[in-house]
Amino acid sequence: MTAQNELPDPPHAHEPPHTHEPAHTHADEPQHAAQGDFSRLLDDCVHCGFCLPTCPTYVLWGEEMDSPRGRIHLMRQHEEGAPLSLPMVEHFDRCLGCMACVTSCPSGVQYDKLIETTRAEVEREHPRSPKERAIREAVFRLFPYPRRLHALRGPLRAYQKTGLERLVRRSGVLERLSPSLAAMERLAPPLGKAPRLPERVAARGGERRATVGMLTGCVQREFFPGVNAATARVLALEGCDVVIPKAQGCCGALSLHSGRQDEARAFARRTVEAFEAVDVIVVNAAGCGSAMKEYESLLADDPAWARRAAALSAKTRDLAEFLVELGPRAPRRPLPVTVAYHDACHLSHGQGVRDQPRALLAAIPELTVREISSPDVCCGSAGTYNIFQPEAAAELGDRKAGDVRVTEAELLVAANPGCSMQIATALGRQGASIAVAHTAEVLDASLRGRPASALRGRGGPGGRAS
Amino acid sequence: MSEVLARLAERFARLLGPDSVITDPVRLRTYECDGLTNHRASPGLVVLPDTAEQIAEIVRACAAEGVPYVARGSGTGLSGGALPRTDGVLVVTARMRRVLDIDIPNRRAVVEPGVINLDVTRAVRPYGYYFAPDPSSQQICSVGGNVAENSGGAHCLKYGFTAHHVLACEVVTPDGELVELTADGPGYDLLGVFVGAEGTLGIATKITVRLTRVPETVQTLLAAFGSIEAGGTAVSEIIGAGVVPAAIEMMDALSIEAAEAAVRCEYPPGAGAVLIVELDGPRAEVGAQFAEVERLCRDAGAFEVRIAADDAERALIWKGRKSAFAAVGRISPAYLVQDGVIPRTSLPGVLASIDRLSAESGVRVANVFHAGDGNLHPLVLFDDAEPGAAERAEEVSGRILDLCIENGGSITGEHGVGVDKARYMPRMFTDTDLDTMQMVRCGFDPAGLCNPGKVFPTPRLCGEVPGVRKGPPPYEGKAELF
Repeated sequence: MTAQNELPDPPHAHEPPHTHEPAHTHADEPQHAAQGDFSRLLDDCVHCGFCLPTCPTYVLWGEEMDSPRGRIHLMRQHEEGAPLSLPMVEHFDRCLGCMACVTSCPSGVQYDKLIETTRAEVEREHPRSPKERAIREAVFRLFPYPRRLHALRGPLRAYQKTGLERLVRRSGVLERLSPSLAAMERLAPPLGKAPRLPERVAARGGERRATVGMLTGCVQREFFPGVNAATARVLALEGCDVVIPKAQGCCGALSLHSGRQDEARAFARRTVEAFEAVDVIVVNAAGCGSAMKEYESLLADDPAWARRAAALSAKTRDLAEFLVELGPRAPRRPLPVTVAYHDACHLSHGQGVRDQPRALLAAIPELTVREISSPDVCCGSAGTYNIFQPEAAAELGDRKAGDVRVTEAELLVAANPGCSMQIATALGRQGASIAVAHTAEVLDASLRGRPASALRGRGGPGGRAS
Repeated sequence: MSEVLARLAERFARLLGPDSVITDPVRLRTYECDGLTNHRASPGLVVLPDTAEQIAEIVRACAAEGVPYVARGSGTGLSGGALPRTDGVLVVTARMRRVLDIDIPNRRAVVEPGVINLDVTRAVRPYGYYFAPDPSSQQICSVGGNVAENSGGAHCLKYGFTAHHVLACEVVTPDGELVELTADGPGYDLLGVFVGAEGTLGIATKITVRLTRVPETVQTLLAAFGSIEAGGTAVSEIIGAGVVPAAIEMMDALSIEAAEAAVRCEYPPGAGAVLIVELDGPRAEVGAQFAEVERLCRDAGAFEVRIAADDAERALIWKGRKSAFAAVGRISPAYLVQDGVIPRTSLPGVLASIDRLSAESGVRVANVFHAGDGNLHPLVLFDDAEPGAAERAEEVSGRILDLCIENGGSITGEHGVGVDKARYMPRMFTDTDLDTMQMVRCGFDPAGLCNPGKVFPTPRLCGEVPGVRKGPPPYEGKAELF
């Protein structure tokens, strides 16, 4: 069998080509990209269907209306005068915004722009039910605010430790109250200590190579503090001075990707200000990095901010992207572990970052990287999706967990807190004991010569052993 | 919704569950066309069955009510073969995507009709096999659709069309019976009749496909020529030398420009045409022939020949070609994908005529073709916002088909006739030819409910005597039924 596997693929037995274009680099596109010309953006779709197989909801249900091509058709119907009906909104809401279709589209349809504009319109014009409104408000008043999340940590830890968690889950009371609430509860990772990071971490191991700003995020900071600590250490060990501005808050990713554009703009302005002093901003959460690279278009119509926003987008880097550009200096120590690398959508489809994390992992001695099948299909996390669309998200999570288990890896590596929570929850549901870690944590372990067991025996990134 | 459709909707909801029946007009409209968007009709009803038995039940119900129905897979067809009927039912097989059996010793697999072409290959690839038919849409087109259209692809020059890779089909006949058609039994080759019938003879519910051994080696080159003519000469020389490449594909300057814009395939700049030649098979044979192909390309005037050193480089060469159709969307607001066949030797002449046609009409035409078997895919570009542009493009597109017929070719190589080319059928066939074909159709579907309005230019009643028609046709006024 091995010999057969080594045979070169005939191209006709090949995976189809992907354009591998990040969603944000449409600089060469004609400037009908502005939202005013929505209709022209719709025209780019030639209805070829190449987007269908990578669309998570099409994979689940096989229905045209729940595919990118079908949603574009619905947008067109609305553009031509059909009212924003409940079925339409339902199909737009079901879109994960994973942007796999942007990668697979040969015609260059900017679906990312189309769905963002559409979501904003839904938010403006579509009245939601009181229950739906309440849960949405709760989410958007909680997650983008690290301090509020922080306040939640104490009660949440107590809840997890006292056995109340088990009791509530067995009772199914949350399911009955609200499936979204139940989904949130299930996704919360086991919480450990949360070390506070100083405002400045000095470069180590020789001459300083760069000064970088670091975004700490909201969920990342409060639920996965170990990931931020590892990121700062890795950057410092690679010779970077790390600046962690206190004034930073939420980057606005959740709001931006949910059609709450004004809210997103406010978050964006604050983030621009907080990081104006540094030349590079390193981001370790895929969704955040993706949103920050979008600031340029988000604030394009704001004369006071357009230039500053564009500057911020230009200097934003995902951690893996930055480390590969920088090149390795610190010695890697062996880490005998088999990992499966998961492509976060906002990293692969959103930022075109696929090879860099794999290269960083593969460069660690004795570490084996395995590929997960259907890497371009979303795990179902998708920002707030697993809260607002819990059933579809759980199904996608189960599929992803199944694909991860097939690799027989000991450790799943992902670079987005949402994905980590989502896949860890699905793996747990299937009774699989695969630990989850962030790329930064794996690199940190290698640079500091920590044993692989430190990564293996854990339930989730930054979490306690479970 | 008509009374009869409402009745059927209710019945199907009981049969399939309410989530598998679509009646909302906004949702229905998303099914109004397949990969060919210039023909649109919102279906009366959409059903998404899970099993063959359900399809049989649906067909029986339609037959009993006299309601037409159309089968649809992934909706990527390019001749409008899955164009719905506003007064009918659209049977979507997208949820029937199980690979039922993989039988490596007998080199076959059994799949449901909604299984995606490339997923067959993915399923058997670990055993060293693949599914040979490779339409450019293989990442999404369904095997059921491949059977209906007898789909080909870049590699059918050596490996043949879908018909050569289907060993049996379980089919729901238009009277709702579930039957098995096989290639190897005695008697008439009904499977041969069924494959490529464009969904007019029944709905395939289970397909047994042939699996092909992954060749020992594959070698691919990209040759850039100053002109299409030089590329055409190279093709003739290669085939004339007795080489049977797995594929020979040609693209002209305009389609190269589009592919470049879409996927940055980095073809040699300044090329008037590029030729992709791929050989596969035993290492020794491929090695010897590949050297000859390279020499023949250079002799014909190739100014650059690139040989793919590894899988990644080969994928890059193919990337431009495989995305070419959709990529044209980058250089034109709208376009028609044409599909015609000419004898290989007529290639330079016909291409020169297409150039003239394009110059005279001011309509740009990009050319992509399976050069090895003379299958042309002219892409006729137009701006749909400009009044009259679509009609002019349509006109040019039709004249290209005339050129194919004049040169002894055909109006379709692999996309099928569907609704789009039904009107060209009389240019290629006599009334007697068409009547004979209709009689075959009537043998399967006397009521004319199974994908009506496709393939044939004029509907006719079964039982009507073929031959010279005088006076008004006997079916006048009933045409909408057929």
